[in-house]
Amino acid sequence: MTIAVVVFPGTNCEHDVVHALGVLGVSADLAWHRETDLAGASGVVLPGGFAHGDYLRTGAIARFSPVMTEVARLAEAGCPVLGICNGFQILCEAGLLPGALVANRDLRFVCRPIHVRVESTDSVLTAAATVGDVLRIPLNSYEGNYVAPAADVAALEEAGRVMLRYCDPSGAVTDPANPNGSMNAIAGIANAAGNVAGLMPHPERASEEILGSTDGRVLLESFVAAATAIPAGR
Amino acid sequence: MTEPVHRTLGMTDEEYESVVRVLDRTPEPAELAMYSVMWSEHCSYKSSRAWLGRFPTEAPWVVVGPGENAGVVDLGDGWLAALRIESHNHPSFVEPYQGAATGVGGILRDIFTMGARPIAVWDPIRFGSLDQPRNRYLLKGVVAGIAGYGNAVGVPTLGGEIEFADCYSGNPLVNVMALGILEREQLVLSAASGEGNVAVLLGAATGRDGIGGASILASASFDEGSGAKRPSVQIGDPFEEKKLIEACLELYERGLVVGIQDLGAAGISCATSECAANGGMGMDVDLDTVHLREHGMTPGEILMSESQERMLAIVRPEDVAEVLALAEKWEVDASSIGTVTPGGALRVFQDGALVAEVPAASLSEDAPRYERPRERPAWLDAVWADAPDVPDQVDVAGALRSLLDDPALGDRSWIYEQYDHQLFLNTVVGPGNDGSLLRIKGTEKGLAVSTDGDGLRCRLDPRRGGARIVWEAALNVAVTGARPYAVVDNLNFGNPEKPEVMWQFVEVVEGMSQACEALGVPVIGGNVSFYNETGGVDIHPTPVVGMLGFCDPMPPRAPRLDRAEEGMDVWLVGPEHLDDFAGSAFARVVLGNEGGRPHDADAEAGSTVIAHAIQLAGWSPVLHDVSAGGVAVALAEICIRSGVGAVVEAADWRELLCESPHRFLAVLPPEADPSDLSPIRRIATMGGAAIDFGRYGALPLTEATEIWRNALPRRLA
Repeated sequence: MTIAVVVFPGTNCEHDVVHALGVLGVSADLAWHRETDLAGASGVVLPGGFAHGDYLRTGAIARFSPVMTEVARLAEAGCPVLGICNGFQILCEAGLLPGALVANRDLRFVCRPIHVRVESTDSVLTAAATVGDVLRIPLNSYEGNYVAPAADVAALEEAGRVMLRYCDPSGAVTDPANPNGSMNAIAGIANAAGNVAGLMPHPERASEEILGSTDGRVLLESFVAAATAIPAGR
Repeated sequence: MTEPVHRTLGMTDEEYESVVRVLDRTPEPAELAMYSVMWSEHCSYKSSRAWLGRFPTEAPWVVVGPGENAGVVDLGDGWLAALRIESHNHPSFVEPYQGAATGVGGILRDIFTMGARPIAVWDPIRFGSLDQPRNRYLLKGVVAGIAGYGNAVGVPTLGGEIEFADCYSGNPLVNVMALGILEREQLVLSAASGEGNVAVLLGAATGRDGIGGASILASASFDEGSGAKRPSVQIGDPFEEKKLIEACLELYERGLVVGIQDLGAAGISCATSECAANGGMGMDVDLDTVHLREHGMTPGEILMSESQERMLAIVRPEDVAEVLALAEKWEVDASSIGTVTPGGALRVFQDGALVAEVPAASLSEDAPRYERPRERPAWLDAVWADAPDVPDQVDVAGALRSLLDDPALGDRSWIYEQYDHQLFLNTVVGPGNDGSLLRIKGTEKGLAVSTDGDGLRCRLDPRRGGARIVWEAALNVAVTGARPYAVVDNLNFGNPEKPEVMWQFVEVVEGMSQACEALGVPVIGGNVSFYNETGGVDIHPTPVVGMLGFCDPMPPRAPRLDRAEEGMDVWLVGPEHLDDFAGSAFARVVLGNEGGRPHDADAEAGSTVIAHAIQLAGWSPVLHDVSAGGVAVALAEICIRSGVGAVVEAADWRELLCESPHRFLAVLPPEADPSDLSPIRRIATMGGAAIDFGRYGALPLTEATEIWRNALPRRLA
């Protein structure tokens, strides 16, 4: 079993994701954005960074990279696909997840550990977690503010597709605990089938005690378990 | 009568005559352009070079010392670290966002030019009072520029340090330091060896931006018309640089590069002449092959352009196709612009015609050197006489309120939370602590880094101030468990044509050198920034030290400020001089005094204390250097970060607010007895809801936290 970690020009978290998966004992391969065949992979990660410089708009150019046709095909086929930070933004631009990420409420880049509460376990991102778990994970973004038409947000909530929500250390969802102004304090969502998920915080930055938190591991473990469960080579 | 061309390029009449002597003829316009930049203060160090030889630069672990793009030290087991510091002061005043952004870009190129992957950046910065809107604008712009470039280029920024003083109002300081790591076989140098080898220009197209950045911006004082210099500021593109980093690292990995040089100040002139001179060769450069951003550029403009994100690689002819293919993969533009030739001449062609022919080495080696006059400032005696008038009794809690509200002492997270400081998963101890600590994955090795400067103390006594910042930086890495290993320095000074400024410079170099010698730490690189003067006002002499510490293995759980717990004891380690208030935060903030003469560093005590810190770092939850604001502020920071108060036993208020050097706090479990680590004494116990100084007052922890957290944000809102 191997996981493909997609690298666009400007991506910068690819080695961190490979490292964190390695900590879990899972091997991962880097896939350049011009590749058009990822059939050998059991799961795909779009890592954080600034794909194509984030020029025009985050993810606006990356969605046209050749690899994205293949990512869409795999997503449709039920393969686990995870977008972290810039990867989440790209999945939204590509229409694989609803909504968009816009500039933070305070118009400043935010790099600090935040807390998120697990809202649902029906996704490749959260299956191994427990609803109500509070996780401390670093956030690192300027465009982390999740927005969507009110009806779409309501539909997401209705369908239980909000996976993670910003909260305070006790698990309470409050306005000061929302670091970027996201609607409904949304930090991570999934598609209807649960195999495509995106989140703004970086679980790979919270996977070793020496770095201050291991709370991100349960999310990566969920993803790895989902990838392990399906055959490669579709 | 119109001014001669050489003067408009920032060159004196005598320097012009030297060019004529070197060439034995009148220079062509393109040639004059090249000399004007390469012989500028910024590129040639003409005022400082005579003194920089004072720094100790040798140690068995030094692989590359001063003179290359970055200093390199050996970490054992085939690992090397590369370190470099630079300034982008003048561009940042003219255009704060781009000035700071391109500073980051430039320092990163210095690191990956050596074959190293840049793994972290630090930004020491200085501004005038935040009461003035212009200074708020500059601070916000500089921080946004560092964040905007650093985050997008994908190299974490681990902090830096900040001070405020009126002298920086017209002349902010923006220094930037970068660290890289590499395996020994990837080390590359900037020498163009091998006749017939090809010079390949990689990266951004060359445009008219940044022309004269080195000579016009960085090597002259400022006046009211400085806004008109904005076109001399370069524009950064972090995306282009990110691609360039990855492309170059892959070129090294595949062994395709014989030598390489980044294009910074003086652009193509500097890169081609330095590569050729370093290899003892010459080079033919064809300007028609340079990929340009716009048409109609003159040879001088192409040669002098400081367009960002460019590298010059020296490649064997048979490898050129593979190099160009690799560049294409990373979506980096590349063109072969020159050929290495025997004989030492740099010849530049355009449209088939020879537009410049100069001895390559003359651009660097024949640059003028000045031993400028020095004179101890006449005002210094009066300043020393104006020592802080220290009262008999002080409300320490009240003083602490004022100190925690000072923007240089309050919480700096408003700044560093805008920087990605975690990328690459190496950050074991991050910003908000004394020194940063990074791990090297796959090893037990750790690299600690601290940047330190103290403009006010260096003004009061440049030799003592220079020594003290080196000792402070050394202690800052020691409290993470690392031993001081190498130093880089950025020497920010006023106008060197003033004898007082030159005197300050030489004194600082002497003080820093003495401290480095006592520590046994080599200086592996540095930068000099003169002409930090606006409207005739010089900045404080502001050397900034970048200290690299090294530990192998790293402490299992390196100390941090947020690990103190109720019931733990606080120990003060180091000698005390209760009358050391000159240049202290208490004198400046509470007494409004900036005079007197600070104590000197004490090499013997300093070395002992550093050894104690390294030993304690192996098992202490918290170690914290005592510096600005003394014990009171150091303890308050521990209390605030750990969320627990403290009860202090002080016999004399001066113990809490004086700033004698070589001291740190250790927070230890109650059963610990470190009393053999002399000089050491227990001064407080963690616990309660206040920072309680007994008869000197108490400050509720919630109030202290509120004041400290808001010190910067409330001024920037």
